[in-house]
Amino acid sequence: MDGDAAPVTVDLRAEYESSGVREILDELDRELIGLAPVKQRIRETAALLLVDRARRQLGLAHETPTLHMSFTGNPGTGKTTVALKMAGLLHRLGYVRKGHLVSVTRDDLVGQYIGHTAPKTKEVLKKAMGGVLFIDEAYYLYKPDNERDYGQEAIEILLQVMENNRDDLVVIMAGYADRMDRFFSANPGFRSRIAHHIEFPDYSDEELGRISGAMLGAQGYVLDPGGAAAMAEYVRLRREQPHFANARSIRNALDRARLRQANRLFSAAAVVDAKSLSTITEADIRASRVFSGGLDIDGSRRKDVP
Amino acid sequence: MRITQGCFSFLPDLTDAQIRDQIEYILSRDWAVGIEFTDEPHPRNTYWEMWGNPMFDLKDAKGVMMELDECRKAHGDAYIRINAFDSSRGWETVMMSFIVNRPAHEPSFRTWRMEADGRHVRYTHEMVG
Repeated sequence: MDGDAAPVTVDLRAEYESSGVREILDELDRELIGLAPVKQRIRETAALLLVDRARRQLGLAHETPTLHMSFTGNPGTGKTTVALKMAGLLHRLGYVRKGHLVSVTRDDLVGQYIGHTAPKTKEVLKKAMGGVLFIDEAYYLYKPDNERDYGQEAIEILLQVMENNRDDLVVIMAGYADRMDRFFSANPGFRSRIAHHIEFPDYSDEELGRISGAMLGAQGYVLDPGGAAAMAEYVRLRREQPHFANARSIRNALDRARLRQANRLFSAAAVVDAKSLSTITEADIRASRVFSGGLDIDGSRRKDVP
Repeated sequence: MRITQGCFSFLPDLTDAQIRDQIEYILSRDWAVGIEFTDEPHPRNTYWEMWGNPMFDLKDAKGVMMELDECRKAHGDAYIRINAFDSSRGWETVMMSFIVNRPAHEPSFRTWRMEADGRHVRYTHEMVG
């Protein structure tokens, strides 16, 4: 069988459909609420990768593009979720071989004694080869004030692998924006290796409302109209409280609301039908401490009376 | 004498690309990968020395190739082999074992004959050279 001649033209739209990129981007649009700049950036990255793939198909000179990324934003804004989608996207486009995501923090990379860090980091890298390594709170790797800290070793190994094994591994680092900036300025090697910096903005109140609806829907619950209004107010108040973690705070709040609903139905001791089992009412939400003056998480333990 | 132990041992030495393909197959079957080395290739020497730990949770052959390169750097003049272990019930055994590195000079074997009780002759092999 004679070899196929190299194609002369590439239909980008057809590639877009056939490679499965469209499905992933549509999934991204559907499943993630808000995050407009992120979605835009991901679409641009997908276009870049498609064009690069087309160049490869036409035999034009190409080098593996640098795909390492940095995700900055507050907690609960969807960084890990998007990293997972990114792994799938890169896999569909053929930039990573297997497309799995390995999510680590500093503890998985840094050892407790001399000689512990290198094997630990190498094990993690071995597991992540062929996929995406997601390093959460990456700035904790660098602790300059503690001279017995082995984070620097992990950083050296990472930098080397990020440069030499670009075909095998994509590294995504995530964390707070200002701390990541400080981390990058202290370790300039990273900045030159990371091609894409994506910012994750906080969700708006309206988006958090929609997220709470989606989360409940996924678990088979609905909010009644009073509950929906109470939820909107809850979001507004919760944002002012300390340790606000966007979607994660909403998820915790909904779990507590379900707990209160369960207790309410149980204490009423009435016969329940599917509808009442699936409805979260205003009372379940209003019972939260957020409405009565704050969570006061750090000071909430009662002191022992001597 | 070119020892012929394990899979593919009658073939010429496997290239890195071929080793990688074999490891991809091993990983696709969800088997664990282990690297072992020795300088004593006697056929009854079943337990070679392990290089690092067996790798259960890898998704890609690159991880194994990295370990193999390190083993070659440390023990370039020893026999190195790759084992694939299947832990599924009913098997729980090594499914594949093939040599990936040989020393520059391979020893040969001599057959040894010994008379045991009642002129019963026992045979064994001895490595020479």
